[in-house]
Amino acid sequence: MLWEVELILFLFLILLAVLALEANDLLVAVVILTIFSFTIALLFTAMGGIDVGFTEAVIGAGVTGIFFIIALFKTSIRTKD
Amino acid sequence: MRARFESPIVLLGSRLLSPYIMLFGIYVIFHGHYSPGGGFQGGALLAASIILIRLSGGRIISRLQVQEFFTTPLAAIGVIVFFGTGIVAMLFGSYFMDYHALPFPGEMTPAELRYYGILVIEIGIGIAVMAILVMIYDHMVRGEDYA
Repeated sequence: MLWEVELILFLFLILLAVLALEANDLLVAVVILTIFSFTIALLFTAMGGIDVGFTEAVIGAGVTGIFFIIALFKTSIRTKD
Repeated sequence: MRARFESPIVLLGSRLLSPYIMLFGIYVIFHGHYSPGGGFQGGALLAASIILIRLSGGRIISRLQVQEFFTTPLAAIGVIVFFGTGIVAMLFGSYFMDYHALPFPGEMTPAELRYYGILVIEIGIGIAVMAILVMIYDHMVRGEDYA
C-alpha cells in the first residue's frame, strides 16, 4: 500500500484510541473500538498478514463488540469520572 | 438502553444477512489449508451468524436454530475431533498429528493424506470455536432476555 495511506490510517488509529478513552457514553466508546479494530485489520492486511487481519476483522469488529454491548447492558452505560 | 421494543426491520435484516455469513464461514473453513483463513476464523464467522439471530430475535426464535443445551456437547465434539485425529495418527505408527499415517480408505500419496488430515483438523477447530463463542453469549445473557 502507499505509505501516505498507511500514515493516514495510523493517525486515524491514534485519534480513534484517544476518542474511545475520552468518551463519556460507553456505547459510543464501544462503537469507536469497533472502528479501531477494523482500521487495524486494514493495516495488518497492508503489512501482509492477511490471516491476522482476517481474524482481527472477525473477532475485534464482530464478536467482541457484541460482548461489550451485553456487558454494558448488564451494568451502567455512563462513566463515573 | 434499558427500553426494549421490537423492530421488524432489524429482525428481517438479520435474517437476510445471517445465511450468507454462515455460508462464507463454511467456505473459509473448507479452504483454510491453502488460502487465508482457517478453522478459527471460519468458526468465528459461524458464531457471528448465530449470535446475530440471537441478538435480534430473542430467545424464542433463536431456540429454533441452535438449542442452548446443545453448545457444550458440540464444543466437546470439536475438541475430540481435533485430538482424535492426532491420536489416531499416533496409534498407526507415527508421531502425534503426523497426518501421513492416517488410515484413510483408498490409495493416497502422503501429500494427499496430509491435505485431508489438515481438513479434518480445521473442521474440528471450527465446530469447537463456534460452540464456545455461542456458549459465552448464552451465559452472558442468561436471565436477561425474555423476548
